[in-house]
Amino acid sequence: MTPVLEVKNLKTYFRTPFGLGKAVDGISFSIGKGETFALVGESGCGKSVTALSIMQLVPGPHGFIAEGECFLNGKEITGLSESEKRKIRGNNISMIFQEPMTSLNPVFTIGEQIVEAVKLHHKKSSREARDIAVGMLGKVRLKSPETLFKEYPHRLSGGMRQRVMIAMALACKPDLLIADEPTTSLDVTIQREILNLIKELQTEMFASVLLISHNLAVVFENANRVGVMYGGKIVEMSGTKDIFRNPMHPYTIKLLRAAPGVEKRTKPLDTIPGAVPASVDFPAGCRFSGRCHREMEGCAAMEPPLYGRENSHLVTHLVTHLAAHLVACHLYDPGFMSKPYSRPLGKIPEAAPLPALPHKDRETLLTVKGLKYYYPVKKGILKKTTGYLRAVDGIDLTVRKGSTLALVGESGCGKTTAGKAILKLIEPTEGNVIFKGCDITRLSGRGLLPYRSLMQIIFQDPYSSLDPRMMAGDIIEEGLKSLKPGLGKKSRKERVSRVLDMVGLTPDMRNRYPHEFSGGQRQRIGIARVLAVEPEFIVCDEATSSLDVSVQAQILNLLKSIQQDFGLSFLFITHDLSIVEYMADEVAVMYDGKIVESGTVEEIFTNPKEEYTKRLLLAVPRIEVA
Amino acid sequence: MLNYVIRRIIYAIPIIIGVNLLTAILFFYVNTPDDMARKILGEKNVTPQVIEGWKREHGYDLPLFVNESEKGAGKVLRTIFFQKSLPLLWLNFGRSDRNNIDIRREIRGRMWASFAVALPTFIIGILVDITFAMIIAYMRGTSLDLSGVVACVILMSVSTLFYIIGGQYLFGKMLRLFPISGYSTGIHAVKFVILPVVIGVISGAGGGIRFYRTVFLEELGKDYIRTARAKGLSEGTVLFKHALKNAMIPVLTNVVVSIPFLFYGSLLMESFFSIPGLGSFTIDAINAQDFAIVRAMVYLGSILYIIGLVLTDISYTLVDPRVRLG
Amino acid sequence: MPVILATDLIMYFLFLMAASFTVFAARGGGVCAQVWRHIRKDRLAMVSMFILLLYGGVALMDSIRWRDPITAQDGTFAQTPDGKRIFNPQALSLLDRILHNLREDTEKTFSPPFAGYSYVKEAIERPNGATERDYAPLKHPGDHWLGTDKVGSDVLFSALKGIRTGVVIGTGTTIIIIPFALFFGVLAGYFGGFADDIIQYIYTTLSSIPGVLLIVAFMLIFGTSGYQGGLVTEDTLLFGFFVPQDRLFWLCVIMGITSWTDLCRIIRGETLKLRELEYVQAANAFGVSDTMTIIRHIVPNLMHLVLITLVLQFSSLVLAEAILSYIGIGVGPETGSWGNMINSARLELSREPVVWWSILGAFIFMFGLVLPANIFGDSVRDSLDPRLRMGKR
Repeated sequence: MTPVLEVKNLKTYFRTPFGLGKAVDGISFSIGKGETFALVGESGCGKSVTALSIMQLVPGPHGFIAEGECFLNGKEITGLSESEKRKIRGNNISMIFQEPMTSLNPVFTIGEQIVEAVKLHHKKSSREARDIAVGMLGKVRLKSPETLFKEYPHRLSGGMRQRVMIAMALACKPDLLIADEPTTSLDVTIQREILNLIKELQTEMFASVLLISHNLAVVFENANRVGVMYGGKIVEMSGTKDIFRNPMHPYTIKLLRAAPGVEKRTKPLDTIPGAVPASVDFPAGCRFSGRCHREMEGCAAMEPPLYGRENSHLVTHLVTHLAAHLVACHLYDPGFMSKPYSRPLGKIPEAAPLPALPHKDRETLLTVKGLKYYYPVKKGILKKTTGYLRAVDGIDLTVRKGSTLALVGESGCGKTTAGKAILKLIEPTEGNVIFKGCDITRLSGRGLLPYRSLMQIIFQDPYSSLDPRMMAGDIIEEGLKSLKPGLGKKSRKERVSRVLDMVGLTPDMRNRYPHEFSGGQRQRIGIARVLAVEPEFIVCDEATSSLDVSVQAQILNLLKSIQQDFGLSFLFITHDLSIVEYMADEVAVMYDGKIVESGTVEEIFTNPKEEYTKRLLLAVPRIEVA
Repeated sequence: MLNYVIRRIIYAIPIIIGVNLLTAILFFYVNTPDDMARKILGEKNVTPQVIEGWKREHGYDLPLFVNESEKGAGKVLRTIFFQKSLPLLWLNFGRSDRNNIDIRREIRGRMWASFAVALPTFIIGILVDITFAMIIAYMRGTSLDLSGVVACVILMSVSTLFYIIGGQYLFGKMLRLFPISGYSTGIHAVKFVILPVVIGVISGAGGGIRFYRTVFLEELGKDYIRTARAKGLSEGTVLFKHALKNAMIPVLTNVVVSIPFLFYGSLLMESFFSIPGLGSFTIDAINAQDFAIVRAMVYLGSILYIIGLVLTDISYTLVDPRVRLG
Repeated sequence: MPVILATDLIMYFLFLMAASFTVFAARGGGVCAQVWRHIRKDRLAMVSMFILLLYGGVALMDSIRWRDPITAQDGTFAQTPDGKRIFNPQALSLLDRILHNLREDTEKTFSPPFAGYSYVKEAIERPNGATERDYAPLKHPGDHWLGTDKVGSDVLFSALKGIRTGVVIGTGTTIIIIPFALFFGVLAGYFGGFADDIIQYIYTTLSSIPGVLLIVAFMLIFGTSGYQGGLVTEDTLLFGFFVPQDRLFWLCVIMGITSWTDLCRIIRGETLKLRELEYVQAANAFGVSDTMTIIRHIVPNLMHLVLITLVLQFSSLVLAEAILSYIGIGVGPETGSWGNMINSARLELSREPVVWWSILGAFIFMFGLVLPANIFGDSVRDSLDPRLRMGKR
């Protein structure tokens, strides 16, 4: 049977001011009828470009398909004329995107946008197209599709918009649906619903799906087969169960180990040193060389082809063998391994396990009582306050010394606002925050200064949390100047060097500007800046959520080790439950401005009492390899 | 909808009052009636008596804001501000300083000449600009795009003065296609209007095309355009249907605000082409140092601008479904 | 004896800015280096920058002026009875002195570029004593590259003298308003509340008045007062060398009032955005005072907007000045200005035969300034505002 899609040696390059970016550099795979094939990998590895290449929508004039072929139902499509390609787009292959909030045209109604595609590809009358569209809106489980048909996108939530996108993509009954990070910007409960919806409709329409995701668990739960991408190449490809049970490529192995989870609580996460390189400076040989823990002398110079697992025969560009477990690593090439350059470059030592400390009996550091934060809603000509938006509506929290309390919840539940109100970065409307016996909500101005150094915050976005016009050293010194005025210039400099060293940066990096650092390094500077003023309590506001899995592991490890070393307490604000499992001792679940349930991690995760908590926990995708 | 319009108009009231105060301060406080009289009567050989006489004749002999010599309401009523500036609010512009003509009547008589030149310039200008901008945006990344942008920058770098002088010289004097200047009422106005319109369109084209090109390119970079392409729509449909309707929103700000100004005309065009509109009225007033007319024109200009802003707000609601009324 | 006009200070400041830009760009980091990295790769922008530097150099030379002491018959300096030297009331600039040939070698009336003979016939006495009407030979044949005007002065020289006015208006206007726009914009954006309401009201009101009309009103009120070039009298001088009542300076101020609102609005908007950024909140968490936060985090991150405004406003200001001077409410007739040149050259086009070189001179010099300014401005904006960079080449 011919596969629905067969990609052969696809190469998509970009011309950039810094040279030729080989975003996708010779990948081959195929997708069978009704199958879900997933491409997984960290950001910048070429997943999305692959999708756009298949759609024949590589953004010009800088991007172009340099080589390779795509066969749709056995018919080559890269060589077609533009008008023939258009007949395929949206008809045979359709696509949904990561950002549902901006992917719909704001000035056309939802109905118009769906009907447009139907009328274009199937010669239908307006009436028929309308019926199809309304039918599709019903199929994606949107309530009252008739009224929704006439609605403009801005009235809909992100999850609803993604449903509309799915309705639009499937309205023409495509053979292949490409879903590019379809749930990345959505909450975990909605993610579950959307993924289930895609799966259901796929079965119903017997369509194939190309799922693109950075989230291993999402891929595990939804794909039949998986291709792991790194540096514009597929480094490993096999059936989902197989790849998660027996990962072969060092990158896949590391990626799986870097993901946080409850079973890894007692030890540091496995990390991959460095960061994903930019497409203009991929290494010449194996793309993973330089970061690989099994690297051999010849790896950086020689590019490994894809090997089949069974008999180590070369199967490059021949992916008809759908069931094969393919891996692009010299370790599995007997020919390479027999050569002198297969000598290992040296192993990175395993990190020592962390001593587990009991937390219940520890003393209380911080108590939050009935904290409220209301935004006034102003209306009318005179801007009268007509009501309040209850962002934080009376929450109680307790943080113990040396332990981590996680505040989890979905976007818009008020968790970030709560974190800021606790630190008095915004003025709470009501309630008390008692830190070491002192109610800091009563303090202001100078009186608050001593507490500013004891209570600190690490922000989410490593790009906007550092002033781009200041050098790293000055950024770290800023807090010292303000909060430790007694320190002389020399001791300030010393301390900057010390904290830089503590977070794994070198002291000579102090004279660099933020744009010269990678995302992970920037987050380290953010941590160093906080450590410099010697706090006892740190609010980590989604501190790792914008980082890749491997970099996230580095930062989580760093946070855990500084917690051990200095006996710090964390309030970990996050939406990612796997991080909670790994990092936290206690957890408070927040919903709509209120705490719905709290307790130790064990209690909440094994025996949730509230309906919302149960729903949340069920929605989290998990990798469960028996 | 009506509610919204009323609210927009109410928002404009403090600004109109502010403008009124500002013009009063500018024309009666910074520039005192004495200064005015001296400038009009000539710097030399004016005795204080002559100045006082002139002031009394034109009603400038009162105090600016508070008349201490009067009682009760007269303290406020018998002032320059109340008698000269406040009537501007109901568009009573008073009489000119030089010839004692009724300014409001003059404006009413002249505004249609301004309109006859400004309206075609405005409409043809927008059509030309948007058409070229869309062609350039459609061809983005090609050498045509590049040369189009270069041409725009070159067009922008030439002063309007040269367009007018060059246009008059080429079409009027060398080719003798149109009269160099002048105006006539009725259907005969056409032959006088063509040249200023052509020159007006050309002189604005560089900046206009470039502005609209940027607007279109910005829209073309948005996510929903990618969605539209992924549906299989042709590049033309993407550009002319999806991008154009969104681009109308920033275009409106630029366009609607200048609609009221069509009655106002252009200072330069009208003086060069001797069109008896409001622009040349202003220029004549400047040359004659007639402060009453200049003040009236400054105020009228502000009012038209504020009307334009209100119209812009209202037009948003017609194009952008995201703007909520109420 | 030096004479310094208020606008000369603008030119000196501009020179200092260019110099410090070079230093900062060379040191790396910051806005300047960011701009330089981009421009260095843009050949067109580099050529434009070179031309702009030439213009700037001429303008600077035209801003260094001094009065010569008057020498008495016996070769000593003339003195007042109380022993003070008497100075020539004419303050000649460095440019005037370098180009003294162009300035002094005048003809009687019109002559075309490079001509040897006058453009109009006049009565000439032949060597044989006969008088006839013919084209008279010029005193300086071939020396006038752009010909001479009605009163016989060199058109090239007039055009060169227009450079300073153009450069001063183009940059000075923005430079003058920057401190005010920054102060009020940041005040409104950072603190919000009542201050914000008031500042917004002021600039909305001010921007409601069409710019041209506001300038017209101001200049009409300003009348013909102020130093307009030409002779320096003792009563215009402050401390014996400074001329505060510089008409060109006041033109800058007045044009600044109309363009102030835009920059203020932009800065307010950007400050609102910056205030919510995490690094400002981090400073807040460190207990850094508002003043320090503004100085350290807000203002440096607004500088790119200021720079963009400075370069993008330049050309429109130069064009506006020409129009104002043309209408007769710009700089005075004694100040060199392309607007004045166009004003007098306009009627010459309707002469028979046509006198075309005056207007050509004004055209070449204006176009030669505005085109590179536009190209350079675009390049600077592209280097600083990645959002707008899209789609360009």
